[in-house]
Amino acid sequence: MLTELLQASVLIGILHSGIRLATPYLFAALGETVAQRTGVLDLGVEGIMLMGAISAFYVVFETGNLLLGIIAAIFVGILMGVLMSVISVTYQAEQGISGIGLYLFGLGLSSLLFRVLIGSVVSVTGFQELHIPVLSDIPVIGEIFFNHNLLVYAAYLMVPVIWFLFDKTTLGLKIRSVGQNPQAADSLGVNVNRVRYFGVIFGAAMAGVAGASLSIGTLNVFQENMTNGIGFIAVALVYFGGWRPLGVLLGSLLFATVSALQIWGQVVGINIPSDLMVMLPYVLTIIVLIFSSGQIRQPAALNKPFERSG
Amino acid sequence: MSEDGSSGTAPAKQARLSRRQTTDKLFDALLPVVATLLALGVGAVLLLFLGVNPLVAYGAMLKGAFGTVSGITQTLAKATPLLLVALGICIAFRAGVINIGGEGQIILGAIAAAALALAFPTMPGLLLIVAALSASLLAGGVWGGIAGVLKARFGVNEILSTVMLNAIALQVMNYLLRGPMLDPEQIAAGTNIPQSATLPLQVWLPRLVPRTLLHSGLLLAIGLAVLVYIFLWRTTIGYRIRAVGLNPSAARYAGIPVQRYIALALILSGAFAGLAGGVEVTGVHHRMIEGLSGGYGFSGIVAALFGKLHPLGAIPASIIFGGLLVGADKMQRTVQVPSSLVVVINGLIVLFVVASDYFVRQRARRRGTEVTETAISGPPQPSLEPGIVPEDKR
Repeated sequence: MLTELLQASVLIGILHSGIRLATPYLFAALGETVAQRTGVLDLGVEGIMLMGAISAFYVVFETGNLLLGIIAAIFVGILMGVLMSVISVTYQAEQGISGIGLYLFGLGLSSLLFRVLIGSVVSVTGFQELHIPVLSDIPVIGEIFFNHNLLVYAAYLMVPVIWFLFDKTTLGLKIRSVGQNPQAADSLGVNVNRVRYFGVIFGAAMAGVAGASLSIGTLNVFQENMTNGIGFIAVALVYFGGWRPLGVLLGSLLFATVSALQIWGQVVGINIPSDLMVMLPYVLTIIVLIFSSGQIRQPAALNKPFERSG
Repeated sequence: MSEDGSSGTAPAKQARLSRRQTTDKLFDALLPVVATLLALGVGAVLLLFLGVNPLVAYGAMLKGAFGTVSGITQTLAKATPLLLVALGICIAFRAGVINIGGEGQIILGAIAAAALALAFPTMPGLLLIVAALSASLLAGGVWGGIAGVLKARFGVNEILSTVMLNAIALQVMNYLLRGPMLDPEQIAAGTNIPQSATLPLQVWLPRLVPRTLLHSGLLLAIGLAVLVYIFLWRTTIGYRIRAVGLNPSAARYAGIPVQRYIALALILSGAFAGLAGGVEVTGVHHRMIEGLSGGYGFSGIVAALFGKLHPLGAIPASIIFGGLLVGADKMQRTVQVPSSLVVVINGLIVLFVVASDYFVRQRARRRGTEVTETAISGPPQPSLEPGIVPEDKR
C-alpha cells in the first residue's frame, strides 16, 4: 500500500484532487469566518449550500449559462442570509437553534424543488478545467495546481481577499470590533446590527457559491442532501482556523487531502472497510475541535445576541 | 410603577398580578401555536407556487394523520420516538446545552438493542426486552456522553461535536449492516440488502392495537415524560441541572460542579435518544434497517421547542409532529406534493419559535423584571459557548 501511495502519479493525483475538493470547504468556511467575526454563529451553512446547489444547477440545466448559475446561487444565498439575520440579529434568537431551523428549511426546500423542477438524476456541463498557459506545463506543480476549473481558483483567491477585508479595511475593523465588544463598538457609533447583517449575508452568499461549486463545478449533478455534512464541517473549520483566513485555508486543505486519500483508498480497495475510512474526516474534526476550542482568538461576542442598553 | 404602588388595596393588587401571570402564561403558550400557523402559511404560499390548493393539501395531511383509525395509530407510533428524543432535548436545554446528535444516538441505540436481542435469542421475553432497551439507553448515553465530556473537559462546542458524532454513527451502521450484522438470509439469497436478521419474537414490543404499528413503547414514553418532569422539578439533581442552565456562574458560586452537570445532561439526553432507537427497532421494524433514525433526531428538537421545553408539553407536541410526518406521506400519495414539504415547515417552525422568544424577553424588559426563564435561551445571556469556565478546569 505504501509503495503504491508513493508512486509519483498517484501522489500527484491525490494532491490534485485535494486542491480541488477543498473548494466548497473554502467558500463556505471563509464566508462563515466573516459571519462569526461579527459575532454570529450561523449553523445553517449546510442548508444554504443545498439551496445554492439546487438553484445553480436548475439555472444551468435550463439555460446552460454557468455565470447565470453562479449568480442564482449568490442571490439565493443572500435571501437565506437575510432570513438568518432577521431571526438571529433583529429578533436575537439563540443562534445554535435558528441555524438548525435554517438547515432544515434549506434541506427540505432543496429536495422539494429538486423533485418538482427536475425529478430525476440528470447531469449538466459544469465548469471545465482551465489549463493555465505556461504554468500548467510545469511538471508536477503544473499538474497539481494549475489544472482546475475557475471556481477552484476563485475559492483560493478569496483567502487574500478576506484577509485584506479583515486587516486592511475600515469595514474589517468594524467587523472585528462588533464581534469582540459590540457595546464599545456601538458607543463609538458603529451600527452593530448592520455590520452583523453584512457578515451573515456575505457568509450566506459564499455558502451559496460553495453549494454551486459542487452542483455545477465538481459533481455536475444535483442529489438530495448532496452536501452531506460539508456545511457543518465548514463551521468547524472556522474554529480550526482560529477565525483567520490562512488558518481556514490550512484546515480546508488538510480536510480535502484526507478526503482525497480516502477516496483513493476506496478505489484501490485497501482492506480497511470503506465505511470506516469515510469516518476519518469526522474523527479528525473532533480531534481538531479539542485542540482549537476555548482559544483566546475566538470573537468574544460570538453567539451572543446584541441588545442596546439604555 | 405608580399603578402598582399607589392604587388599590393589597388583595386587589395581588389579584391583578395573578391575573397578569395567567394572561402571560396564556400568551407564552400561544406563541408556538402562532409560529406554527405562520410556518403553515408560508407552506401554503409554496403550495400555491406548486399549483396545489393549500386547503386540499393540508386537508389531505390532516385526514391522513388523524382522520382514520389507521392514521391515528400511525401518528401515535411516530410520536413515540419523537417524544423520547424530545425528552432528552428538554433535559439538555434545561442545562443550557443543545443536543443535535439525536440521529446518531438513535442509530447506536437501535444497533445496541438489535445486537443484544440477536445475541440472546433464547432469553425469556420480558427479560430480553428490558436488556435490549437498557442496551439502547447505554449506547445512546455513551454517544451523548462523548459530546458531554468533550464540552465539559475541553470546551468543545457540543453542537459541532454532536453533528460529527452523527456522521460517525451513520458510518458505523453502514459498516455493521454490510458486514458483521448483515442478515444471513440476505447473504444466502445473494440480495445483500443492508439489514439485520429479524429479532427473536419475544423481544417484539406488544402492540396496543392489533395489526397496527401502535406498540406499547408509547406508554413507556409517556410514563418517562412524567418521570422526567419529576426529575427536573422535584429532585436535587434536576434542580442543579436547571440551575446550571439558568445561570452557570451563579450555579458555580452555589458550589455546583457546573461541568459535571453539563456532561450529565448530555449523557441523559443521549440515553433518551438511544432508547428511541431501541423502541423503534423492537416495536416497529423488528430488525435493524437503514434509515431507521428517520430524521427523528431533528424533528424531536422541533417537538421539544413546540412543547416549550417542558416534558409534559412534549407529549401533545410529539403527537402533533408525528401527525405531520404521517400526514405528509399521505399528502404525497394523494396530491403528489413531495413529503419534504414537511421538513421545510419544520425548519420554519424552529425559526419562528426561536424568534418569538424575543417577545417574551421584551415583555420582561418592559416590566423591568429580570428575565428568569424564557422558553428557548433560558438565561438572559446563554452560556452555550465553549470555554465558559476556564477557571473551573482543575
